[in-house]
Amino acid sequence: MLSIKLAWRNLIGAGLRTWLNVFVLSLSFLIIIWHKGIIAGWDRQAQRDTINDEIGGGVFWHKNYDPYDIFTLVDAHGKIPEKMQTEIKKDKLSPILITQATIYPEGRVQTILLKGIIHSQTVVNIPTAKLSTNMEEIPAVIGTKMAKNNNLKVGDVVTARWRDANGVFDADELKIVEIFKTNVPTIDNGQVWIPLSKMQSMLQMPGEATIAITAKEDGLRKNVGSWIFKDHNYLLKEFKEMIKMKNFGGYVMWLVLLSLAWLAIFDTQVLSIFRRQKEIGTNIALGMTRGQVIKIFTVEGVMYGVLAAILAVLYGAPLLYLQAKNGMVMPEGSDEYGMAISDKIFPYYSFGMVLITATITLISVIIVSFLPTKRIAKMNPTDAIRGKVQ
Amino acid sequence: MNKKALISTQQLIKHYPVGGGKFTALKDINLNVISGEFTGLVGPSGSGKTTLLNILGALDVPSEGNAVVLDHSIGNLSHKQAANLRNMYFGFIFQTYNLLPVYTVYENVEFPLLLQKLSHTERDKAVKQALEWVGLTDKIKSRPAQLSGGECQRVAIARAMVKVPKIVFADEPTANLDAENSHNILQTMLKLNNDIGTTFLFATHDEKVITYLRRKISLNDGEIVDDKVI
Repeated sequence: MLSIKLAWRNLIGAGLRTWLNVFVLSLSFLIIIWHKGIIAGWDRQAQRDTINDEIGGGVFWHKNYDPYDIFTLVDAHGKIPEKMQTEIKKDKLSPILITQATIYPEGRVQTILLKGIIHSQTVVNIPTAKLSTNMEEIPAVIGTKMAKNNNLKVGDVVTARWRDANGVFDADELKIVEIFKTNVPTIDNGQVWIPLSKMQSMLQMPGEATIAITAKEDGLRKNVGSWIFKDHNYLLKEFKEMIKMKNFGGYVMWLVLLSLAWLAIFDTQVLSIFRRQKEIGTNIALGMTRGQVIKIFTVEGVMYGVLAAILAVLYGAPLLYLQAKNGMVMPEGSDEYGMAISDKIFPYYSFGMVLITATITLISVIIVSFLPTKRIAKMNPTDAIRGKVQ
Repeated sequence: MNKKALISTQQLIKHYPVGGGKFTALKDINLNVISGEFTGLVGPSGSGKTTLLNILGALDVPSEGNAVVLDHSIGNLSHKQAANLRNMYFGFIFQTYNLLPVYTVYENVEFPLLLQKLSHTERDKAVKQALEWVGLTDKIKSRPAQLSGGECQRVAIARAMVKVPKIVFADEPTANLDAENSHNILQTMLKLNNDIGTTFLFATHDEKVITYLRRKISLNDGEIVDDKVI
């Protein structure tokens, strides 16, 4: 109790110097938590968008389908089994037929993935309803990035060329009927969505599909014949690895910030012990043990940490809350990151994350506060009283 | 009637390591100080005054021989016991005042009592009394930086006296003060010595202090060369 009282008195007595240290430390606290919040918010947003827009409750893959090997598409298609047909009728499964194709926007050659999807599906958030139209050309919807990269607008007509089931080249006109905004690049970049029935007839693959997306809420979740069910754990594995990597980057940043905080505390303590030698000697002369002096200095360091945490809450909590509510606008070009990232990220601060981060920071601050005080134990009080450098 | 010695040393020697050898700061010191004395260790710089004062004040230990203060053998005390002895029975006054710069006058004087774990009421009463002794009741909220040298030393005296110690060790208490302030300080200490009976032991070579002493122990090159009651 005495050491708390004296440490507090010393901190308050030091005035502006104390508050500067506390402010710098509170900034470290805040930035560490903010950065973790951004990563957590990104993780949540990206998972949610990927599920809503691309993978639903999981995806059935044709046994030959390999998304990383474009050449497998030639063989990765098959008749949709009866059991899956029933689900499709209930709009709990959305079959997609995929093939490689080429389009010629403004005379340039662009390799794309042509995807056939049922226009009435509601399993994923793609505006497929727009594909339900009678026109001479094949109606197509594309994402904003695809539109931007190829300078395509709604109403534009572009020639597409593909090979059918027999390997014969064929071509037709595609008409852009809708451009949709999505945060998931894998359904946007280089992708063109057309009606499934049209695609099946173009490729001479009636009743066939390459993959089938299940509804989020319920539906089939087990392999059906040669159709392999891939659940979230599998489909989001790569994404989770990427988040893990980003998190690792976050930990590095955390460590850098934490090191700055440690450095601030350590330097303050070392400087304090050096500058306050006379005070230390006087305290010992007045009847303090070295242990008591060490305790006071350590408590002072801890108080810096506690005050910084309180200050961080006072000015940081409203700031973090506002940002969590209004989101953080991502800079231009962030869509090139290769993973689902929206224009705005809403940081997510869980109580556990804030508590664990603050606790780890505080504990490390306590340790760092204590380390330099070991010099006190080696001090000769008679030299310290005179302020003699030791 | 023979009074019991508060301080007693027998063949006290103090060495310091210097380079590969050693420097002897005190040689064969034999000394007795009884309660209520107003005594000075007098001598030029390097004569061993401060070293002896530090040993008697339990801030240092003898290399050889014995120093007994208030029935405690200084050389045999643990850090904790030495701290307790200083806290309960000793007061210190330093040449450079050694006030805690971030504390107010009141807090500086209160500090030794906090270590004694006295209640707030007891502390408050004692601090006000001590500040009254040194005539600084109007500066209670000032910080050392706002005080003159004389006032700072008076605060240091109040801090030393607030716990009514058995012995006050004063190391060159007037060295940083002008003549007028020096006399004021010495009169204050003499008054406390007379009124409360606290023993004062000075280390000084200041003539102004020497005129106030009732006993002068002269040191030269670490040896007592003269010891006389004035």
